[in-house]
Amino acid sequence: MAKQVRQLDRVVIRFAGDSGDGMQLTGDRFTAESAQLGNDLSTLPNFPAEIRAPAGTLPGVSSFQLHFADYDILTPGDAPNVLVAMNPAALKANLADVPRAADIIVNTDEFTKRNLTKVGYDANPLEDGTLDSYAVHEVPLTSLTVKALESFDISKKDAERSKNMFALGLLSWMYNRSVEGTEAFLRKKFANRPELVEANVTALKAGWNYGETTEDFAVRYEVKPAKLPAGTYRNITGNTALAYGLIAASVRAGLPLFLGAYPITPASDVLHELSKHKKFGVLTFQAEDEIAAVGAALGASYGGALGVTSTSGPGVALKGETIGLAVMQELPLVICDIQRAGPSTGMPTKTEQADLNMALYGRHGESPAAVIAASSPSDCFYAAIEAARIAVTYRVPVLLLSDGYLANGSEPWRLPKVAELPEITVDFATAHNHENPDGSTAFWPYLRDPETLARPWAIPGTPGLEHRIGGIEKADGTGNISYDPANHDTMVRLRQAKVDAIARDIPDLVADDPSGEARVLVLGWGSTYGPIGAAVRRLRDNGHHVAQAHLRHLNPLPANTEAMLRGYDKVVVPEMNLGQLSQLLRGRFLIDVIGYNKVRGLPFTAGELESALEEIVKNV
Amino acid sequence: MSEPVSPNGRRALDLVPKAEGKQTMKQFKSDQEVRWCPGCGDYAILAAFQSFLPTLGIRQENTVVVSGIGCSSRFPYYLNTYGMHSIHGRAPAIASGLATTRPDLSVWMITGDGDALSIGGNHLIHALRRNVNIKILLFNNRIYGLTKGQYSPTSELGKVTKSTPVGSADAPFNPVSLALGAEASFVARTLDSDRKHLTSVLSAAAEHQGSAFIEIYQNCPIFNDDAFEVLKNPETRDEAVVRVEHGEPITFGPDGAHCVVRRGFGLAVAKTAEVDPADIVVHDAHDPDPSYAFALSRLPGENLLHTPMGVLRDVPRPSYDEIVRGQLDAARTGKSLDDELDSLLYSGDTWAIV
Ligand SMILES: Cc1ncc(C[n+]2csc(CCOP(=O)(O)OP(=O)(O)O)c2C)c(N)n1
Ligand code: SF4
Ligand SMILES: [Mg+2]
Repeated sequence: MAKQVRQLDRVVIRFAGDSGDGMQLTGDRFTAESAQLGNDLSTLPNFPAEIRAPAGTLPGVSSFQLHFADYDILTPGDAPNVLVAMNPAALKANLADVPRAADIIVNTDEFTKRNLTKVGYDANPLEDGTLDSYAVHEVPLTSLTVKALESFDISKKDAERSKNMFALGLLSWMYNRSVEGTEAFLRKKFANRPELVEANVTALKAGWNYGETTEDFAVRYEVKPAKLPAGTYRNITGNTALAYGLIAASVRAGLPLFLGAYPITPASDVLHELSKHKKFGVLTFQAEDEIAAVGAALGASYGGALGVTSTSGPGVALKGETIGLAVMQELPLVICDIQRAGPSTGMPTKTEQADLNMALYGRHGESPAAVIAASSPSDCFYAAIEAARIAVTYRVPVLLLSDGYLANGSEPWRLPKVAELPEITVDFATAHNHENPDGSTAFWPYLRDPETLARPWAIPGTPGLEHRIGGIEKADGTGNISYDPANHDTMVRLRQAKVDAIARDIPDLVADDPSGEARVLVLGWGSTYGPIGAAVRRLRDNGHHVAQAHLRHLNPLPANTEAMLRGYDKVVVPEMNLGQLSQLLRGRFLIDVIGYNKVRGLPFTAGELESALEEIVKNV
Repeated sequence: MSEPVSPNGRRALDLVPKAEGKQTMKQFKSDQEVRWCPGCGDYAILAAFQSFLPTLGIRQENTVVVSGIGCSSRFPYYLNTYGMHSIHGRAPAIASGLATTRPDLSVWMITGDGDALSIGGNHLIHALRRNVNIKILLFNNRIYGLTKGQYSPTSELGKVTKSTPVGSADAPFNPVSLALGAEASFVARTLDSDRKHLTSVLSAAAEHQGSAFIEIYQNCPIFNDDAFEVLKNPETRDEAVVRVEHGEPITFGPDGAHCVVRRGFGLAVAKTAEVDPADIVVHDAHDPDPSYAFALSRLPGENLLHTPMGVLRDVPRPSYDEIVRGQLDAARTGKSLDDELDSLLYSGDTWAIV
């Protein structure tokens, strides 16, 4: 039967199943196939914190959403056009997100009485009309897979496990993606278990052929490659990009990279990734706790390395005192906070941006640090370089904010040329910098560069510059211990002025307002960049005027921030917290910005932002 | 005395640049006024340390002293080396980051009984376990000095202080036992007032590749005066102090009247005249089994009687920093890092858009 082929400009697929069903892998592979085909894409993995919650239960559901399109897209999509539900739990947990008329592919083998009861379905939703308004494809995925693998000498369990490859084959057929890359991937992954290679490849192809031959799947879809700027691309997650950015910063600065870290979701992958790259001289130190991790990083910075620590909110809370020490000692230090839903353990695998206040203020005393945030997975690369640049240039701790959404989400990244990456200049002190009244010279560790206000970075081993630093207040210039009241006031103001001065060295905030007629500005920071951008596009498509600006630097803010905000009748600030940036802007500029705040552990959808913003835009 | 060579044949100061001329004690004194209370044991330790540093023969700028917080932790300010007075309990972590990245430095750490064993206990045991190349001097005055006299994790049970007016209810740590339990490869004890002994222990520690842990009994005349009197008073000290020297039979007391013998799973004190000389324990700091040094550390009874002094343990063990630097060296390719970075970025599944 000749199949009909329909052109689409974009599709959102969600693979959902039990934690043990391999949905993250399936999603990753489909993503790789789509990337190879040249689609623009954005992904959203969503998994439970438990490694293996009881099989078949709602808490055990793991999903992977992928948005791919023939134009540049900004988010992983609000609602799936296709849901692949590997069991009743996956159907139940995800159905509310699926719009009517969407395709739902269910693995009927798993819809047994027992599995249905486990998730509280009294009747089988495949039979009781629950799914009447959807395009349901009932596929006995497990038994088809087992059947396809009959002739293999593998256990029934191993055969059943390959059902995700069957599903991937089917979806790859539906959306016209080549499975060659996946085949190569499987050959590598199971290199030392050849029987599994063949089984998985066979399941993959069986899935493909199933689409080709069954009448249930009458239509095939095509999403053409996106017209993206020319270049070489790869798909990248935020955590990998962040790790690469730190390596790039170390190479550009000519400083060895030292990472102190203690494992924590969703930051551990930064440690994992960096520990692979020893040829760059990257030293990864898995410390006994987060306090030791940042302490060791500071010790390394003191010795002339690029000291970095990576963690999530609970870890930053522990590091506060040491960050304060770095403020006092005026040494470079980068603290990466891959934010997750809090407080306390909160929802470790879910995203949030509620650590902004902690990054800005979470230390005792007047303790200014620079704060910057990444806005997309690939932007984590550039944000990491910028964090290192500021830390090294100004000798300050820099908090680099990412979050769970950026960390695990991915997007195609147009690869930069190394020579085009920002320069990071390091100037270690090598000579005396002060002349005594008697004409002799001395080294004063707290004499500042008039431009940057940075103090000299004199590393141990430099002859003649022996000096002591510490957490006790320093006398301006000499750096000796001082309890002098006026000196303390001076030093507090100097440390603040130094961080404030970074504003001269960062780009102005830029508003995107194509019509030039916007009276409402949407100002975001961090990972809301994608959803805000998508919502703003939709509003403009519907004839509204709205401007968008996004903050990379949260401390200091770009010099033109206040002027820009004053240029609009209304400023809307969407945040995945209860209004932390809003509060800052109101307090600093006395501008009554309008917050849009949700803390659900999930990124905003473009749709919800669109409606919220539309209300405001219509009423200015 | 010791066997300072690590398993790969390295000595602690091998990678530290040597001084050119002869060094003096004076050049290691900073211009800062020393501000401990009169009579504080810290003065004696400082003087011993200042006169010991020139004997190392390494360049002045390659010595770094890192401390935590407490009276004792003011130490770095008084030394004309590189120095960092950090925060309470965290010096082992900071020193670990420094020593791991800079094999050309001789890194010393100064800490107190509260700093090392209370707030910093976790960092201390992990630094010792890793065997990072840092030399840790724990000034044990069995009290919190800087915060004005609360009991500490080494104060004796029932200690009456400002925070324990009817006596403390928690049993103390024995820092030497703790360090041995944490897999320390060098463990020693000495006394603030015994400059010669203190200096000999410092010299042994300096040469040890890996972490060295030295407990220094230090008198705090203000809040815990005479805590170690029994070890210092000429009338009692001979009975109280058990000097240990590698390779020497352990005898002590007037004319060596007492000795140490094996008993059950541990060690005990006996009268030399009453035992077969062959049964007297010959001190072996290099015994691979830490149980021996542990048994030695358990000798003292109440009131510090029979306190071992000297290097209890000194064994070769690979240091963390050597191992990780070895891993980095092995991974180096000789290509320029710019090229390596380029290959890294362009690795994996890439595709071109024209
Ligand atoms: C985080 C923190 N908690 C508490 C203190 C207060 N504090 C300073 S020193 C100290 C105890 C010091 O005792 P010890 O380490 O024995 O040093 P000593 O003064 O006896 O030499 C305490 C509790 C501090 N500086 N920082
Ligand atoms: S309080 Fe005690 S330990 Fe502290 S300086 Fe005074 S005598 Fe020394
Ligand atoms: Mg003390």
